[in-house]
Amino acid sequence: MKKDFNIIILGTGGQGQITLLQILAEAAFNEGYEVKTAELHGLSQRGGAVEAQIRFGKELFSSLVFQGGADLILALEMHEALKALYYVSEKTQFLINKFFLPIPGQSQIPEKEILTEIKKFTKKIELVSASEICKREIGKEILAGIYLISLATFKKLIPLKPNSILRAIKKIIPEKYRELNIKAFELAKFSQF
Amino acid sequence: MEELLLNKPNKKIILLGNEAIVRGALEAGVNFVSTYPGTPASEIGNVFYQIAKKAGVYFEFSTNEKVAMEAAAGASFSGLRSLVAMKNFGVNVASDFLLPLAYSGTKGGMVIFVADDPSCWSSAQSEQNTRLYANMAHIPLLEPSTPQECKDFLKLAFELSEKFETPVIIRTTTRASHQSGIVKLGEIKRKNKKGEFVKDFKKFVTMPPRVLEMKRELLQKMEEIKKVAEKSDLNSVKNQGKAKIGILTSGVSYLYVMESLKELNLKLPVLKLSFVYPLPEKKIKNFIRILKKLLVVEELEPYLEREVKILAKEVNPKLEVLGKEGQPIEGGRIWKERKAILPVIGELKPEYVLLAVSRISGKRPKVNLRVHLEKFGKVKIPPRLPIFCTPATVPGRPPCPYWSVFSAIKKVVDFKNIIFGGEIGCYMMAGNPAVGLQDYLYCMGSSTGIAHGISKATGQRIIAFVGDSSFFHAGIPGLINTVFNKSNPLIIIFDNQTTAMTGHQPHPGVGKRPEEDKVEPIKIEDIVRACGVKNVKVIDQVTNLKEFEETLKEFLEKKETSVIVARHPCIFVKKP
Repeated sequence: MKKDFNIIILGTGGQGQITLLQILAEAAFNEGYEVKTAELHGLSQRGGAVEAQIRFGKELFSSLVFQGGADLILALEMHEALKALYYVSEKTQFLINKFFLPIPGQSQIPEKEILTEIKKFTKKIELVSASEICKREIGKEILAGIYLISLATFKKLIPLKPNSILRAIKKIIPEKYRELNIKAFELAKFSQF
Repeated sequence: MEELLLNKPNKKIILLGNEAIVRGALEAGVNFVSTYPGTPASEIGNVFYQIAKKAGVYFEFSTNEKVAMEAAAGASFSGLRSLVAMKNFGVNVASDFLLPLAYSGTKGGMVIFVADDPSCWSSAQSEQNTRLYANMAHIPLLEPSTPQECKDFLKLAFELSEKFETPVIIRTTTRASHQSGIVKLGEIKRKNKKGEFVKDFKKFVTMPPRVLEMKRELLQKMEEIKKVAEKSDLNSVKNQGKAKIGILTSGVSYLYVMESLKELNLKLPVLKLSFVYPLPEKKIKNFIRILKKLLVVEELEPYLEREVKILAKEVNPKLEVLGKEGQPIEGGRIWKERKAILPVIGELKPEYVLLAVSRISGKRPKVNLRVHLEKFGKVKIPPRLPIFCTPATVPGRPPCPYWSVFSAIKKVVDFKNIIFGGEIGCYMMAGNPAVGLQDYLYCMGSSTGIAHGISKATGQRIIAFVGDSSFFHAGIPGLINTVFNKSNPLIIIFDNQTTAMTGHQPHPGVGKRPEEDKVEPIKIEDIVRACGVKNVKVIDQVTNLKEFEETLKEFLEKKETSVIVARHPCIFVKKP
């Protein structure tokens, strides 16, 4: 990896962004990279938007990604994907969970419109029904995030080894939920876009 | 969490800034820790709450920040090492004690941790700069940039505190407190010891005429500490050279400066200040002496910028100092307005610093940020505001019990003609359009205080909202005032049996569980009655909605203060 790698994770409160950050940070750390994450606490549990950032590489200072400086956007919810465009250039890869959480008092923006907006910034978009797949296969929607970061490493959208992610899952996730999370990882191994 | 207690010096682990503060305190052998929860400082208390017993440290959630600071000072006066943690507004509450504390000084090391919140990510009320308190109170202030520095500075702060018998403030901003990174551990030194308060009238009694002597001693002490700051490598120059353009910075701003220099492939000299008070003036003068241009990069008000302008008058009057002074502007508009080059409203972002460095150096960034921003400005993004929990946002749980309070108000109260007073806490979300019941909102304790004034001034009807933890924090004096000076607000105390917004910390109204040395709950209604309030009812608004509605109607007719304690646990409170 030549330069540093910058990921923005977006979603709504309760989708597990902080855990995803911890897993990615641990995996990157184990591969010998310098790591920084930025997260926000406070209102996250209350259905508000949550944005988390992680950077890893040889030498880095800021925990925040530059405007237009993201390598990968991981959007856990469709509307929230639009917020990431601040960080997006034509080089940025999108990985979006095909999942809508309604915004109280507002009508849902159609998927097509969201994708049209994103395509104005980058053509590199992958849309995956991660919540649906996790619900169907493992019975838990909340595993969508784990499924997506695993998928991203298997498909080389994140320059980390899948095994590092697996090790990090085993370290970070409490024993009670570990098996389920490993299942989500295994599920991603055999998935296609 | 267990990793925080690992006694493996030199091992590297990933820690959040606030966790690194905890680790630093443990490595410094802290004995006594107190706090009142407030984000972005909450994790300090949350972590100590879980590990204090194992770590052999006394920990408490105090009733408010002033009490927490006084408790930590009491421990320090008794020879123990103490840490008190709070968010920015906590310092306002504690300031009555903070200023005289600087006069007397401390005995055992005492560190005051404060997290400011530029951009108000988790703060209503105001955007606040604690650096100015250090200046006003004459208390040394250190500002870390990274989790590693959070840990290391805490140890240094204890040493400084003990050497000079002064409290020391460690000040972070959200992006330092909630930044995680790799931290190299040191050794945890356990020092279980019992303190002893030794009487010393001259030291601890701030009474005239002694108090003015104390001030003289305090100012002399600051001069001595300034000498430490001058020599300390916490204030250091990176990329020293003969360039005519330099940068002065501190805290997380330093990280954005270095990232920007890397991005632009520049090597400009950078003076990083970790001692923000007292300032190493000689070091700053030496740094600016040969420069033509200086960029000052700092969060919130231009404190360093103003100080450096004063120093420049002496050693380099022609120095052009660039930073925030000028019209106050927001980040997104710095491309259009040219009066200042960094925003004074909202937190810094690395690209703002990149642009500022680009402007002083003439070197352009690879991406045209202005064009990119214009393109982004055209994207329509639906705002997703935080709202009381619902089964849609928190699957598998019932809706937030506060919904019942607001739906009852909307149903039975002439809400267009009644004034609703708010405070900070989950219930402030009543101000969002989904509920829309908020006519003023300030700090904890203020909803009742202001209600009294409006009631006296106008005779209008007011419903004041108070949280349970807020009631214990600052709600009682205002309540007594309504009785003593006779006004008649209806006060609704939202008792959800926890300090919900900051992450579900306990408060006096729920008592302590047996494993924490059981304490019986201190009942809010008992306090309210003891304050002389005649109209008091405790109602579970979820199970007894009808009674709640009837009481609302009944109490709004009263000529004296009335209080409804709406008691139903938060959906995240575990049943005992």
